[in-house]
Amino acid sequence: MRNTLTIARRELSAYFISPVAYVVIAGFLIIAGYFFTLILFYSREATLRYLFSNLTTILIFVAPVLSMRLLAEEQRSGTIELLLTAPVRDWEVVLGKWTAAFVFWLIMLIPTAVYPILLNRYGDPDIIPIVTGYLGIILLGGTLLALGTLTSAMTQNQIVAAVLGVGLTLLLWLIGAAGDFAGPALSGFFQYLALGTHFSDLARGIVDTKNIVYYLSVTVAALFLATRVLESRRWR
Amino acid sequence: MIQAQGLTKTYGDLVAIQDVTFEVQAGEILGFLGPNGAGKTTTMRIITGYMPPSAGSVRIAGHDVFTDSIEARRNIGYLPETVPLYPEMSVAGYLDFVGRLRHIPDRRERLAEVMERLHLEDRADTQIGKLSKGFRQRVGLAQAILHKPGVLVLDEPTIGLDPRQIIEVRDLIRELGGEHTIILSTHILPEVSQVCNRVLIINEGQIVAEDTPERLKERLKGGERIYLQVGGQHDGLVEALSDIAGVTEIEPKGDGAYEIVCALGTDRRADLARAVVTRGWPLLELRPVGMSLEEIFLKLTTE
Repeated sequence: MRNTLTIARRELSAYFISPVAYVVIAGFLIIAGYFFTLILFYSREATLRYLFSNLTTILIFVAPVLSMRLLAEEQRSGTIELLLTAPVRDWEVVLGKWTAAFVFWLIMLIPTAVYPILLNRYGDPDIIPIVTGYLGIILLGGTLLALGTLTSAMTQNQIVAAVLGVGLTLLLWLIGAAGDFAGPALSGFFQYLALGTHFSDLARGIVDTKNIVYYLSVTVAALFLATRVLESRRWR
Repeated sequence: MIQAQGLTKTYGDLVAIQDVTFEVQAGEILGFLGPNGAGKTTTMRIITGYMPPSAGSVRIAGHDVFTDSIEARRNIGYLPETVPLYPEMSVAGYLDFVGRLRHIPDRRERLAEVMERLHLEDRADTQIGKLSKGFRQRVGLAQAILHKPGVLVLDEPTIGLDPRQIIEVRDLIRELGGEHTIILSTHILPEVSQVCNRVLIINEGQIVAEDTPERLKERLKGGERIYLQVGGQHDGLVEALSDIAGVTEIEPKGDGAYEIVCALGTDRRADLARAVVTRGWPLLELRPVGMSLEEIFLKLTTE
């Protein structure tokens, strides 16, 4: 665990040294602010529900950009040789990398706290869906970053890692639609696999352990696979 | 300290190294010499646990690199061919990170000690990306010795440096030899004779020779070679000299010069000199010819 934190700490500070981080934060906040304003003017409702569902769409593209560097860059520059020959286990490396990206994601969300504050100041929003919505988007972010960590382990090229990440995320996002063709027996299964379906309950204020378990298990599975991919590079 | 047993590594059909077996005693500096692509880096990566061999095993201070990997890695300091540096970090920040990864007790003191030793104090806050190649190599070395490992593995530590930096790094390695067991790879020959106690020559993935630099020269001479130059007219010289016991070969080099090969372990210089002088031929030069490491290397790796 100590090693994981060491790696996460280094990675997190690397985020703030590179300009990419600031560009991503700025872009994310501009788009989020734009949606927030627009939705508020059209709906005249004190709710973040619509904003959250828009943010999930943005996240599909933002998360892979945040995670593309994690392992791809280490492999390109050769620093992976330092990590893999230090007395550190492969999973500690992967977990540390993901933790840094996840913490970055949390930092990125902090400024959006201004929206519920504004709503509360001028309206009477229902707090529960806001809290569960945040829970949902935090979990979803963690899951997408784990998928991005996985694609970043697969290549030395950050761009390839990002494109693969977006592809994998979209695939898991849209897989629910495949259920419509798969017949009633499989339909539920595909629906369950899809990333998006689990979010809508949370955005409505419903906390179902099924949804939380889903996000956590996809995250763990993706990180596990990323570790295996990293290990497999040794065998080639 | 290091025991490598029958190491073999194949990438698909390509055999990178085959049946590489060697041992390194504590405190020894072993040079791993071979042309590019001979399998030096592959061997080092296996020793350090970066990748497993297809067959064979390595033990570091008694710990198997693959079954007892973490413990073995604690005993190794490794400087890969491409120095593993994060260009955006400062020298001190980077070494602190490595120190944390290696759980070094009294990290601050040890960092200061190592930076002083490698003359990095002035660059502690410099961004690594802005350092010269020589300084980067030193940061790489600092990273490798930070945890006082029993074994140091240095892959081409002087590659890409200018002549002065090369001398600096070599001096450093010699100095470190007192405290660490060192394996270093190189394709530069003088480096081996200057720095190493023992040489291992590897070619096309196989060890072709193993000895001290001096004995290796000795062994490969294949006979004592003597250079002889005679002036003026000296008809019948070859016949006259062939009669001397122990002379096996006389090779004319032109302009009155000859290279004479005698049986190993004999010194026929006195007989040669007498033979020339008694016949009244002017003796211009007579000296033993040693074989340079370059010649040995070429001989071994081109056969």
